[in-house]
Amino acid sequence: MKRVQFERSTVPYFFVAPQIAIIAVFFLWPAGQAIYQSFLLEDAFGISSQFVWFRNYEDTILNYAWLQSAGFTVVFSSLVTFFSLAIALLLAVKANEVLHGSSSYKTMLMWAYAVAPPVAGLMGNLMFNPFIGDLYAAMNAMGWDFNQKLDAFDAGFVVILISVWKQVSVNFIFFLSGLQGIPKGVMEAATLDCRSPTKRFWTITFPLLAPTTFFLMVINITYAFFETFGIIDTTTRGAPGGATNTLVYKVYTDGFLGADLGGSSAQSVILMLMVLALTVFQFRFIERKVHY
Amino acid sequence: MNNSFWRKLSTHGILILGTIFMSAPVWVAFMSSTHAADTLFREGLQYWFGGHFFETYNEVLFVEGGVMKKVTALEMLGNSMILGLGFAIGKVVISMSAAYAIVYFRFRLATPLFWVIFLTLLLPLEVRIVPSYEVVAGLGLLNTHTGLIVPLIASATGTFFFRQYFKSVPEELLEAARLDNAGPMRFLIDVLVPLSKTMIAAIMIIMFVVGWNQYLWPLIMTTEENSYTIVIGIKQIYQVLSEGGELPQFQKAFALTILAVLPPVLVVLVFQSWFVKGLVESEK
Repeated sequence: MKRVQFERSTVPYFFVAPQIAIIAVFFLWPAGQAIYQSFLLEDAFGISSQFVWFRNYEDTILNYAWLQSAGFTVVFSSLVTFFSLAIALLLAVKANEVLHGSSSYKTMLMWAYAVAPPVAGLMGNLMFNPFIGDLYAAMNAMGWDFNQKLDAFDAGFVVILISVWKQVSVNFIFFLSGLQGIPKGVMEAATLDCRSPTKRFWTITFPLLAPTTFFLMVINITYAFFETFGIIDTTTRGAPGGATNTLVYKVYTDGFLGADLGGSSAQSVILMLMVLALTVFQFRFIERKVHY
Repeated sequence: MNNSFWRKLSTHGILILGTIFMSAPVWVAFMSSTHAADTLFREGLQYWFGGHFFETYNEVLFVEGGVMKKVTALEMLGNSMILGLGFAIGKVVISMSAAYAIVYFRFRLATPLFWVIFLTLLLPLEVRIVPSYEVVAGLGLLNTHTGLIVPLIASATGTFFFRQYFKSVPEELLEAARLDNAGPMRFLIDVLVPLSKTMIAAIMIIMFVVGWNQYLWPLIMTTEENSYTIVIGIKQIYQVLSEGGELPQFQKAFALTILAVLPPVLVVLVFQSWFVKGLVESEK
């Protein structure tokens, strides 16, 4: 906060009012509703409902489909986070190294930030289309009996590939800016001490990038949880048999298409707790363990 | 040949592979959109220009398509433009004003209100989708621009960004303004806004792209084709194209994809340095 401030009693409320009003109507009220509904059980026609304590939570957590979806979400988020970070880091290190053409490379590697996840999903869908998709044909030509509509592994492969593609550019931008923030003197001293570029990278550059990496990990996990909704909805839609259902996609299909309000709300609340845990982790653990 | 030559070669090789990986899907989509439907169906995806560019784009932009045959891509682009701009402007105005109150005023509820704003980070739209829909439906805002934009602009990211930025503004400015007897409104409009011009531009660019690319919220709250944004519309149209009994019109699906991608990509490319600055600064 500022040392010098205005001392007015009503003026500041006038400035925060618009945001607080929108938050109250479109955030707090719906979130409260989600928590409230998660304790209710509606009858088949949605006419009456009854307070059932934690039964919706029990039903959710003990349900095979939810467990399958939770398992997929964990595997999916880990793979997407790992591969999109690894590819972006490699490209950022190389782009930081070149002397000629570095700005064209940067532009070419970052513009995909502007592609919407569902649009990326649609393009991927067309590339893997059984009629015209060359990737589909190429997979089968290599002897991989590829069919994302029937095979759970292949479907997972498609959504992970598209999700990684979509996320590389934003990671690239942050890694590059992190690399450019390392003082020149540090790198010059390191070059004198250590001749091997690979060793120099792992002992000097990578530890100096740790704050960026940890920050990006949180961003990427959040992305894999929530923003990949558009990719899944335009490609596999959770098929085959729920094998590519992320938790968020399941909230949508159960609550919106399946009209199971209580169950969907309980899933929402569980997701909120997960975001809360991630945020606490980010602020407590990461900020302390990583030295700037 | 020495070691450093091979090293340079591998560096450029990796960067070129990366460039191809990132660009190929969009390039192939663009090239395929310039071919005729039967060429695509017979020969598969295309890697170079065909002769049907004007025909295809003319048709998707101006001839009505969609499930109900009621909407053109031009109208959907218009809706996306309204969403993108409305989201960007609304977000900047609302979050800047909230951040101004929190940084420049001493008032009793400052801390609790700050935490309420912070709380929105914990509640992504995706986890409260059904109750949010009910609120908007209850207010009669389905299929309206207000209902589309307002629930999206409240989140805290913009407020944090301006809060950080205002904290870095020198104290002396406010002292000087107070000596000149400038009130809060004057100080905001005559000093702070001009000072934050680049920051505002940077955040507007990012928010325009984020708004244009919204998917889940428009998907559930626009039920009439006239209100579709291009991102939603292409999905619906794509379903029709690929499910119909006739020859699938893949070239139109590709053309719509390109039209959906082009405006945000152009914005990012034209304002590249502002965009990068805004992105990196806002996430701190």
